[in-house]
Amino acid sequence: MTQRRKTGWFASGDPWIWLTASAVAAAIVMVVGLLTLIAYRGMGHFWPHTVVQFEYSIDGAKSVLAGEVRDSDLIPAARARDAGLPVAEDAEPVTRLLIKAGNRDVTREDFVWIAEPFIANQSIPENMVVFERREWGNLYGFIDLQSGQSHEQAWQAVEQAIERSNELHERIEALQKGEIGGINYQLERLRLRQRALELDGEDTPQALAELEQERQALNAAYNEAEQRLTAMYEQFGDESVAVTTAPGVKLDQSVRHIVRAYRPNAMSLPQKLGHYVAKFWEFISDDPREANTEGGVFPAIFGTVLMVLLMSVLVAPLGVIAALYLREYAKQGILTRTISIAVNNLAGVPSIVYGVFGLGFFVYTLGGSIDALFYPEALPSPTFGTGGLMWASVTLALLTLPVVIVSTEEGLTRIPRAIREGSLALGATQAETLWRTVIPMASPAIMTGVILAVARAAGEVAPLMLVGVVKLAPSLPLDLNYPFFHPDRKFMHLGFHIYDVGFQSPNVEAARPLVYATALLLVAVIVLLNLVAIRVRNRLREKYRALEN
Amino acid sequence: MADQSFALPEEVQSLGRDGAAATIADEDVAIEASDLQLFYGQAQALHDINLRIPRRKVTAFIGPSGCGKSTLLRCFNRMNDLVDICKIQGDIRLEGRDIYAPGVDVADIRREVGMVFQKPNPFPKSIYENVAYGLRIQGIKKRSVLDEAVEWALKGAALWDEVKDRLDDSAFGLSGGQQQRLVIARCIAVEPKVVLLDEPASALDPISTLKIEELINQLKERYTIVIVTHNMQQAARVSDHTAFLYMGKMIEFGDTREIFTNPTQKMTEDYITGRYG
Repeated sequence: MTQRRKTGWFASGDPWIWLTASAVAAAIVMVVGLLTLIAYRGMGHFWPHTVVQFEYSIDGAKSVLAGEVRDSDLIPAARARDAGLPVAEDAEPVTRLLIKAGNRDVTREDFVWIAEPFIANQSIPENMVVFERREWGNLYGFIDLQSGQSHEQAWQAVEQAIERSNELHERIEALQKGEIGGINYQLERLRLRQRALELDGEDTPQALAELEQERQALNAAYNEAEQRLTAMYEQFGDESVAVTTAPGVKLDQSVRHIVRAYRPNAMSLPQKLGHYVAKFWEFISDDPREANTEGGVFPAIFGTVLMVLLMSVLVAPLGVIAALYLREYAKQGILTRTISIAVNNLAGVPSIVYGVFGLGFFVYTLGGSIDALFYPEALPSPTFGTGGLMWASVTLALLTLPVVIVSTEEGLTRIPRAIREGSLALGATQAETLWRTVIPMASPAIMTGVILAVARAAGEVAPLMLVGVVKLAPSLPLDLNYPFFHPDRKFMHLGFHIYDVGFQSPNVEAARPLVYATALLLVAVIVLLNLVAIRVRNRLREKYRALEN
Repeated sequence: MADQSFALPEEVQSLGRDGAAATIADEDVAIEASDLQLFYGQAQALHDINLRIPRRKVTAFIGPSGCGKSTLLRCFNRMNDLVDICKIQGDIRLEGRDIYAPGVDVADIRREVGMVFQKPNPFPKSIYENVAYGLRIQGIKKRSVLDEAVEWALKGAALWDEVKDRLDDSAFGLSGGQQQRLVIARCIAVEPKVVLLDEPASALDPISTLKIEELINQLKERYTIVIVTHNMQQAARVSDHTAFLYMGKMIEFGDTREIFTNPTQKMTEDYITGRYG
């Protein structure tokens, strides 16, 4: 009797290959789709879009509108009618366009939906100028010509005026943030020193006089800087550009409020590219403006990276040491197994729980005690008793600790017994064996743990909102004022920035591309941090390649 | 002294199954185990081992797998301490000193009793650093001292000529046989009194095995050597004395020639002639 073999497609095992391969394909499609979407939506934001002028007429009432086309969609006729458009009952769905028309100070609304069937005429005026302003968003309009002036001459005059004003702005900012900021910081420290003396009962007239002397010197320096600042502001004068908007409203735009101006419809491709690069650079290197909806995200990038680095520095030694004890020293038994399982499970605790713990324990209890012990002079305003970079890092270190412990433990278990025995047999103590042989060999696994920790921590937002992230931090946690590193300061974070810009900003429509751009940046920062760590790990792996025989 | 040590094999007698101990002049004993019992948890792995291992000779342990010969070997440098459930009774004296006495520094014992394992286990370091490892542990940092010791040890392990031009290369680049000689060099670099070899050639090809055996012959001029082997020809070739273990008991211990040609115990004879094991 011969055994009958099942034949056919199903028996061949091919369906399994298809099933597994399709799972991989689905995963790839999702990841690539996600990245493409945020890249497309985010990176398009910096491109100088064509400004289109529409003539729009509804039942004979004509209006003119100019702006960038941002979006389009299809709405049913019924909804169009609800919106007040004269559309027939059984009409086809209506295409409508979202126009970024700017001029918020003139029209109150800088985003407008218009229905395509009612566009009577559209044109691309070459002399349309886009002014990016420090407040009120973009201004779209035409420069009014002086008598005998050509468009080109008028444009150049405006460009030069803006350049002068920007230069001045830079100098003012340098003075404000650098010198004046430094003086203010020192004055504050002086105040705290005096308060400390009073608290300690050492406020002798002599000591106070010394402080007073210092204060006067600082105040003098402050007044002098203040005068220079006022002088600089005066240099702005009241230079302005006369602009007519597309609907014909005339206004004078003062030059000092203009960040940059460009004529998107007259730009060549290289000019557009140049503009794109400049805008992108502004995005990653500048401070935010206008409630975070304009300008850059540099403080957020800085805060994210610094927080992650600080977290790694905290979590790596702690995790490694804990894993070493669990794996190398502790007697293996029910207790160590229980601890291991508990550590594993900690990795599954929702991050917001860590945030609550961080707030309750680190910020209020630990921070409060630190303030009472070391910073009594600043009370009642808290120093460490409020959220800040340090507590955020510590909280995230706690959050990622299990990951580091688990991968270090795995790394330690994988080291061949023979290597340890070889070292011990040479008269090395257990500590020497660990230090000279085991830890170096486990270092790739430790790095894997750090990589996972970084990946998790950099993307975490929820706990940070409780322990130190703010939507706008006045100063970076690292600056030129002694002691240079200020772990007590609040900081900005890309993840929180996305949330804030996207959902808390007054102008959601304007901020939407920034949400995508910031998301892309966050992904890029995490990838970069990971790549660095992976490089380090691969080097270590190469160096400590375990026995292959 | 020299005469006496040459005359040693003649003096050795096997005492048979119960407490097989060779009569070796007291002053020539490097390691002495008396009434050694070893337990893994409840299970007894070694029973009443009495053994005197002569200085600067090669002593081989033979016996079937699981008979306890590696376990016995690992008692001599307290490697069994690493096993939590392992308990030892009786005592082992290294040059008269009880190595299991309380307060004895284990690391110290292991410096004096070097060990080479079945599989070559070089550290993931350069050839040089592998050999210098034991010395660095002892706190020797001076480059000239290390250089000299490394060269001496590599020459002693008959490896110097093969690696002298690539001391800074990874030890993993060496062949299995070279790695094993490197491990031997690493072991003798700290100048131990005793070298324990746990089936040192079982993972090697015949030519590498031959080299290791030649090396053992050279090394016995300076060191007391105890070797565990599965290969009875090897035991016959390299050793001066042989102990046959079976089921955790020492069945017979004596001069290698005697054991292989004229064993007193039936079990030894059966094993050597290949009737079991």
